[in-house]
Amino acid sequence: MTTTRAPGDVAAPGRGGVGDSALRPDGTLKVTGEFAYASDLWIDGTLFGATLRSPYARARIRAIDLGPALAVPGVEAVLTHEDVPGRRLYGLDHADQPVLAIGEVRHQGEPVALVAADHPETARRAMERIAIDWEVLEPITDARAVVADPDRLRVQERGGIVRHQPVRVGDVASARARAEVVVSGDFSVGIQDQAFLGPESGLAVPAEDGGVDLFVATQWLWGDLRQIAPCLGLPEDKVRMTLAGVGGAFGGREDLSMQIHAGMLALRTGRPVRIVYNRYESFFGHVHRHPAQMRYEYGATRDGRIVYATAEIVLDGGAYTSSTPNVVANAASLGLGPYEIPNLEIDAYGVYTNNPPCGAMRGFGAVQACFAYESMMDRLGAACGLGPVEIRRINAAGQGSKLATGQVIDSPAPLAEMLTRLEAMPLPPPPDRTDLRNLPGGVSQATHGEGVVRGVGYGVGLKNICFSEGFDDYSTARVRLEVAAGEPTVVVHTAAAEVGQGLVTLQAQIARTELGVDRVTVAPADDRIGDAGSSSASRQSYMTGGAVRAACAAVRDEVLALARTRLGAGDDLSLAGGKVVSASAGAVATIADVLGDRTVEHTREYHHRPTVPMDPVTGQGDTHVQLALCVHRAVVDVDVELGLVKVVELAAVQDVGKIMNRLSLEGQIHGGSAQGLGLALMEEIVVQDGLVRNPSFTDYLIPTILDTPPQRLEILERPDPRAPYGLRGAGEPPTLSSTPAIVAAVRAATGRPLNRVPIRPEDLCRRCS
Amino acid sequence: MRVTFTVNGREQVADDVWEGESLLFVLRERLGLLGAKNACEQGECGSCTVYLDGLPVCACLVAAGQAQGRRVRTVEGLAGADGLAPVQRAFAECGAVQCGFCTPGLLVQADDLITRVPEPSDAEIREALAGNLCRCTGYEKILDAVRRAAELKAARR
Repeated sequence: MTTTRAPGDVAAPGRGGVGDSALRPDGTLKVTGEFAYASDLWIDGTLFGATLRSPYARARIRAIDLGPALAVPGVEAVLTHEDVPGRRLYGLDHADQPVLAIGEVRHQGEPVALVAADHPETARRAMERIAIDWEVLEPITDARAVVADPDRLRVQERGGIVRHQPVRVGDVASARARAEVVVSGDFSVGIQDQAFLGPESGLAVPAEDGGVDLFVATQWLWGDLRQIAPCLGLPEDKVRMTLAGVGGAFGGREDLSMQIHAGMLALRTGRPVRIVYNRYESFFGHVHRHPAQMRYEYGATRDGRIVYATAEIVLDGGAYTSSTPNVVANAASLGLGPYEIPNLEIDAYGVYTNNPPCGAMRGFGAVQACFAYESMMDRLGAACGLGPVEIRRINAAGQGSKLATGQVIDSPAPLAEMLTRLEAMPLPPPPDRTDLRNLPGGVSQATHGEGVVRGVGYGVGLKNICFSEGFDDYSTARVRLEVAAGEPTVVVHTAAAEVGQGLVTLQAQIARTELGVDRVTVAPADDRIGDAGSSSASRQSYMTGGAVRAACAAVRDEVLALARTRLGAGDDLSLAGGKVVSASAGAVATIADVLGDRTVEHTREYHHRPTVPMDPVTGQGDTHVQLALCVHRAVVDVDVELGLVKVVELAAVQDVGKIMNRLSLEGQIHGGSAQGLGLALMEEIVVQDGLVRNPSFTDYLIPTILDTPPQRLEILERPDPRAPYGLRGAGEPPTLSSTPAIVAAVRAATGRPLNRVPIRPEDLCRRCS
Repeated sequence: MRVTFTVNGREQVADDVWEGESLLFVLRERLGLLGAKNACEQGECGSCTVYLDGLPVCACLVAAGQAQGRRVRTVEGLAGADGLAPVQRAFAECGAVQCGFCTPGLLVQADDLITRVPEPSDAEIREALAGNLCRCTGYEKILDAVRRAAELKAARR
């Protein structure tokens, strides 16, 4: 086979500026099967890389014998930690994760050895022949026990706790004495998987200069590069990163997977190496959402006003640090949600265990706490004789309110209004019971309507947008304007990862709006331009959108200056419809005429406002850049005899500041809500003694089209004056609020406490417990 | 072994096929037809759906040898001389594509549905696509797209 495929430019012809529902420029490539995903890359002579992983949650490696594997015909290399050319540890903020296990494994699936071979089956057979003498150890798996005894229960040298973040405001003890109503609860959240459909994969090509070219699916090219280069023992300019097509991310590609491994094999063999995980391996190839155990107590006046709250949140990070410190910060700072609470004590912990490693996933630390605080709001409402909307409205924060961190919300946060609008949306009719497809269990004929009870529930979520706690996660954009075939043409270049969310569409929209041209090309994302930060924290519209706009403004300024010089025009010029337009005189020239054969190019960095770390003792500080709200109402039908749930409808109200592209925004809300539905009802990596019991799509269930209901949306635009175009990050908030809304609806239908997600059938059915 | 079969109207020969290889592997790795996707390789996600003798199947569950002498049509074969197929146009226009990894399989499955059922109800669409996982869209825009594709196809008749 002689095909060579690599990422190419994405031309975005046609109209569609900011605010239009412009279509994805890569849409045609994606519907014809031509779009080059990371697993589609191929160059002649490419070897298949494979990874041998630990079958144990915790074990020592007494000896490894590679000889039999090396003897398999077709095997080109077998590598262990001794072959790592540079630093043997990596990590996002704290390098504690071995590239390949060094004498010890700390979680099931930890990479131990690498094979490069001429066929995947050859590689598999070679891996079977790697002989390892294991000493299996008792795994540490109880996160709460680690909090209680962090010195004894050590997975890492530095102790059992990754981060403990307290938050202290007011005087809880005296508020407790005054409280007329007190409610409490213990809640837990299972491990959710990102379950992006495109498995981890990529291609490493050795270069003549001794470096390596990497084509990978990632969320953050520069974040990868800064971890990869030291491990490969290469300067950063000898590791060249290009974004390959990304089949979804949702946080699961923020940490490295196969990048260093493929680079090592390519450098060793001198041949291109491709690594493509299968689904089983993917479950071990990336970090998951932290499971959580949480204990909450609220006190209130009889009329429902909260006077104090306490929360303990324990997040199990698994064996390595990854992004656990930042997940803990979110859980702590957002742990009580968007409510005004004058006295509070929060303690959020992230701990090391031998359970599966956890890190970033859509919602990032805010999801777990949201399930708990929203469950508490319902519990408090019931204790005060108030409905779910009323109890939330009474305590709702808004612009000018203080978060638990003392940070004042300084842009619109219309929670009370959003709840009122949500409540006013029409409810779906009762199910037509003559069609089984409308009932829980569907055509499997679990019920013909008997035992089916309807429930309605509400949920509210608060998410920080952009990186917090003093992180300067800037973005960089280069914009070039020139005349091609007689038409002004723009090329936008960034290192920002398009992961499916539509950033590539938005970049072109911004260029069209700012420069008044139709023809825009978005160059492949790579590291030949500065950092764009990660495609996470709902931040790319804000940050890379801001950088593209700033670079466009610089280009526009130069073009207009040129026009003034050449045409002697006034100061009231702008660019629109391919022309230089004077406010007083109308169109004065075409952009093409002004430019001639000249190319105007500018690169700009965009930085958000500075933030500070949380105070280590009080948790206080202006830690967040921006905050975003989403509210959900769920309607469910539950077969209370069999414990089957059918979600009938999800309704949502979200404030996005400015609708940049309604079509893709709605897609983000729909998709985020569906992931929250998954966490509520079905998604959990089941772990026993540190071992994953369900690493497949047969046993780890994500919502199908039958599980996912129609969604009713109302989108508000209350601009944030600090943000580009007034926009508010939008990708994550729906993932927070849909989960508690669905659980509340199931509670309403069943009367069960449901303190744990995902809900299992045995938590529901009357005869099971 | 050698496998000879028809793909998108052209006879194809794959040599040196190991008996354990799937139709998906042969399409992707030996014929360079990368449209069908390798999302789960165990028949759960539908991303590798192709037509085999006119019926949609998961190419990952078909042994390469089973394709001998048969007709395969992949996402690359959906578009015709008159441009994109109705399902392709509709998915691109309705926002049914985000990351797009599930899209090729959904397109084949949806194409089969609107060929069999010219005006599918929502319940029929949901049933037909129940074996195709999408992690990005929450399926709302996919439903829009299939409804639209049925209209486009009817308009072409």
